[in-house]
Amino acid sequence: MTDLSSPIEQLHANEQLKLRSRYLRGTLEQSLADPVSGSIAPDDALLTKFFGIYQQDDRDLREERRISRLEPHYQFMVRVRLPGGVCTAAQWLALDAQARATANGQLRLTTRQTFQFHGVLKHNLAKHIQGLAAAGLDTIAACGDDNRNVICTSNPLLSKAHAQATLTARQLSERLMPRTAAYRELLLQQRALRPPPEHEEPLYGPTYLPRKFKIAIAVPPRNDIDVYAHDLGFVAIVEQGAIVGYNVLVGGGMGMTHKAPATFPRLSTMAGFCHASDIGEVAEHTMCIQRDFGNRLDRAHARFKYTIEDRGIEWFKEELARRLGKPLLPPREFYFESNGDQYGWRQGEDERWHCTLFIRNGRIADSLMSTLREIATEVPVTFALTTNQNVTLAGVSPGDRARIDELLRAGGLQGIAAPKALERNAMACVALPTCALAMAESERYLPSLLGKLDALMNELGLADAPITVRMSGCPNGCSRPFLAEIGFVGKAPGKYNVYLGGNARGERLNALYRENVGEQQILDSLRPLMEAYSTQRSEAEGFGDFLVRTGVVPAMLEGRQFQLIPPAAVRSRSDEVRSHETGAVHGGAGETRRALDSH
Amino acid sequence: MSDSALARPTSDVFPFEPSLAEEVRRLVGRLDTGQRAWLSGYLLGSIGTSGGVASAAAPEVASPTATILFGSQSGNGEALAKRLDEALAAAGVSRVVLDMLDCRKTDLEQARHLLVIVSTHGEGEPPDRARPLFDLLHGRKAPKLKALKYSVLALGDSSYERFCEVGRRFDAQLERLGAQRLHERIECDVDFEQNATRWIEAVVSSLAVVQGEAAQATLHVRPSATIATAYTRKNPWQAPVLANIRLTARDSSKDVRHIELSLEGAGIHYEPGDALGVVPRNQDAAVDALLERLPFAPDAPVEIAGASMSLRAALTDHVDIGPLNQRLIERYAQLTQHRALAQRSSVSPSVIHLIELVSDYPPQGMDAAQLVQILRPLAPRLYSIASSPHATPDEVHLTVRIVAYESRGRTHGGVVSTALAGATDEQARIAVYPHRNPAFRLPADPDAPIIMIGPGTGVAPFRSFVAEREALGARGKNWLLFGDRNLRSDFLYQTEWLDWRKRGSLHRLDVAFSRDGNEKTYVQHRIREHGAIFYEWLRAGAYVYVCGDAQQMAPDVDKAIREVVSSHGGCGEEQVEEFMLNLQRERRYQRDVY
Repeated sequence: MTDLSSPIEQLHANEQLKLRSRYLRGTLEQSLADPVSGSIAPDDALLTKFFGIYQQDDRDLREERRISRLEPHYQFMVRVRLPGGVCTAAQWLALDAQARATANGQLRLTTRQTFQFHGVLKHNLAKHIQGLAAAGLDTIAACGDDNRNVICTSNPLLSKAHAQATLTARQLSERLMPRTAAYRELLLQQRALRPPPEHEEPLYGPTYLPRKFKIAIAVPPRNDIDVYAHDLGFVAIVEQGAIVGYNVLVGGGMGMTHKAPATFPRLSTMAGFCHASDIGEVAEHTMCIQRDFGNRLDRAHARFKYTIEDRGIEWFKEELARRLGKPLLPPREFYFESNGDQYGWRQGEDERWHCTLFIRNGRIADSLMSTLREIATEVPVTFALTTNQNVTLAGVSPGDRARIDELLRAGGLQGIAAPKALERNAMACVALPTCALAMAESERYLPSLLGKLDALMNELGLADAPITVRMSGCPNGCSRPFLAEIGFVGKAPGKYNVYLGGNARGERLNALYRENVGEQQILDSLRPLMEAYSTQRSEAEGFGDFLVRTGVVPAMLEGRQFQLIPPAAVRSRSDEVRSHETGAVHGGAGETRRALDSH
Repeated sequence: MSDSALARPTSDVFPFEPSLAEEVRRLVGRLDTGQRAWLSGYLLGSIGTSGGVASAAAPEVASPTATILFGSQSGNGEALAKRLDEALAAAGVSRVVLDMLDCRKTDLEQARHLLVIVSTHGEGEPPDRARPLFDLLHGRKAPKLKALKYSVLALGDSSYERFCEVGRRFDAQLERLGAQRLHERIECDVDFEQNATRWIEAVVSSLAVVQGEAAQATLHVRPSATIATAYTRKNPWQAPVLANIRLTARDSSKDVRHIELSLEGAGIHYEPGDALGVVPRNQDAAVDALLERLPFAPDAPVEIAGASMSLRAALTDHVDIGPLNQRLIERYAQLTQHRALAQRSSVSPSVIHLIELVSDYPPQGMDAAQLVQILRPLAPRLYSIASSPHATPDEVHLTVRIVAYESRGRTHGGVVSTALAGATDEQARIAVYPHRNPAFRLPADPDAPIIMIGPGTGVAPFRSFVAEREALGARGKNWLLFGDRNLRSDFLYQTEWLDWRKRGSLHRLDVAFSRDGNEKTYVQHRIREHGAIFYEWLRAGAYVYVCGDAQQMAPDVDKAIREVVSSHGGCGEEQVEEFMLNLQRERRYQRDVY
């Protein structure tokens, strides 16, 4: 096994880079100061990820600049650490101000409940980070081989349980944050009063984790956070309005590499139940298990999901019990209704109101941005980001509700809380022009494709059917496409793989249906399926469930099968919809993924 | 050995002034055996020995009849000095040629006939190399020159108000110091050929008489183009365009191009530091538009420099039809008797173009020929060459800022830059010729460190310098200081500099982007910031080169260098002055500014 116990020379070069970097300092100071380039040294670019800073360039301009003897149009993406996605009005205003002053003038809500800035120039980077710090915000571990933003079912103000979960998210985030003073020294540019301790990272050690680690907390019946897609998921068990404990799930994760069958998305596996008071220790020990045993040679095989696949869930449970000093308890029952967002006004446990707005692709700009800024200025409100790239104006007193409606109307946003059709449950990652990994368009293309799919559905009498559609520009799957009822994953410019058969609760992976196809083929292959759905579906049956029930795609519950099964469209005769047993463990429409599934 | 070099005792093997020594070394290095054989004959001929072995006799100690003194930045003055030298040689007149920078007080006191060729820069400024002598003549230590006879050829540009100012002042001052004119001062505008020839012929014939020797009629003087190429301003090379690439980003406030021209088959040789003259041609559309406004027939006969041609031809290839200067407007007002125009003050706000002038004030009372007479000749534009002949043989590269602006609803552009901007296809040809710039040269010693200061398009020759040094395997350290407006859109040749830096061919790269930060920073700020290192390099023998804007940048940079010398050398003002003068004399402070 090539993990933390192996000599570092045998491990991936990044491990040595981390070790050499003196806890992520590298040569970042010189890189930031070097005036001849808008970029930082390649090694430093790897290290800054640990500070939520991602070096990018405008790919639309790459070729023309190369010809002009100009370096790429370098710019930085900065992601905020925002556990549970909670943001005060004052913080919103600070973020808005930084976007305008030191970024590209826009805000981007991510699929993991936080903000992202694009277009930060190198010479503004420190200023940008310091501006965030002034509002009590940091960007630590928003990217990199560390514990990422801890997400939680949206809106702590909905109920006591929600508030408890969000608080827990914050506590976990703080407990598992890197401690290196490099962030303060290099980005906040505050010299330390005394030298850093010898072991600056008591939890992480100098080489941090093998890869990223993502934690999510769900408050049933909502699975908006997609608990099955996370390295470590907690499902809150609520009794009499209070969280008594959490079911613990491990080893979920989205990303894979096209055509590399040893890589695959995986649904997390149930490990057991823990009391609320134990969650901190459970989380820490789980992360440390991954720290110790995750593969550090092959980064494509380094996520916790592969550690669990390779060693087994029983091994994990034993290891955790050993470190925790006691085993996890048997898991409790729970159920999920949906992994989408509910739009519009709603009241929670008390008389306060909450309005969830639809933000297309999470992109906040122009008049939308000014209107939200106005709301933040005028109305006492808390901003609760969702994990579907939307935002809830939370904790609005009954007297202020009308004012908010008025401001939304004045900004031309009267329909913003009531999106139509497929947009309601759609997500796209950013992809081009900034993401270096994108193979195809995502954010810039999905709206147009959705429009065509909507037209198709209208034609077939499916006008309001809620189908979850997610698009990613590459198989890293940042928009969690592998859980969608229809997933599009970029392969080449204008070409996508089409995956079908997830469900609306995020409990099942989808399966490859068509490979490397363009728009016309996408529409041509979905048409007969939607026709069949429209005429043959049972009442309240979801599109994904229908496709599995009727055998169009297998029920995909085992990640390791994901890339082994050839595209379903190739196997089945194109116009027929056969129903047959596919050997899946859980076939059957509507069957929810129950707590007792623990293999 | 040619007697056109006064032997001055040096520790060097060559009995030449340092600058001449460099030139001789460089020249001889470029010749093959056949050429060297020819040259030795030529030299023997030029000292009046007919064939046979030149005696290794000591050079003549008696001072020569004529002292040719030239002070020019662009190389024109030096080229003219050479022509005069040859003409005098052909007439059997003994002479010495001196760069003003090398001219000492004693040289003046010993001179018998002083022939001064000097140009004016900007608003009446003497070129760098003329400055020390200019100051000497106008200062308290000026020599008494009662026995001296002289004549001045003044070069200038009538688009500046102080036309030929420096030549005029030399002329006046020499008289004040007691000397007498051998011939009246002759002034030349940008198109200097005719007037310069006139002056040369006049002074040569005067001096031939003085010399009192019969001309060596058998001596056949080759034209000065022998060592240069066949292609000149009058006979340019039609260069195919190999590339026309925009260097600035699409959102830049400027449009700067990298132009590559082919020299294949041209036999043109150039050195880093040289310029390329581009012979302009007015666009057909602009000429058509102008002809529409004129009450003359396009084929009306006119005369340019003694040659007849049609009005259209003159407007296309021979005269400037763009922005007008005050002098020209006044002449036009006089001839056409437009009262309103005459009263138009010289502080008029906007630039006025010829087409606007003739539209607003039609050319009454004059014919086509008269109009053409008052217009300025269409002068070639010189661009510092951005390529190294060794790195990219048979090619020449230019870095050109495209000048385009709106004036009264019309788009105007610099004549040449507009033509270059549009030269994109295989058929395009640009008329060019090499313009030697002997005042701007890499050090002969490949180990010598060089500091290159070239903001904006001034960076062009430094691309040539670094490429050349790399191609020749030179080990001297190279330091570039570059400045412009924005890092992301205006860093000319950025990836090449970064590559060179990575490869170790560029040892230091300092930049200043004036519009990136809150405060405007320029290259001179970098010089001061790194003053200690700058001074260290100077002490290690570094050559300093400045290329670019003459008005603002060059003086600011000069000031910064002086400050660095002063603070890091612990010098007072006088010592700094001496330091800088020495630097110039050693050819270690060279400027190509415009």
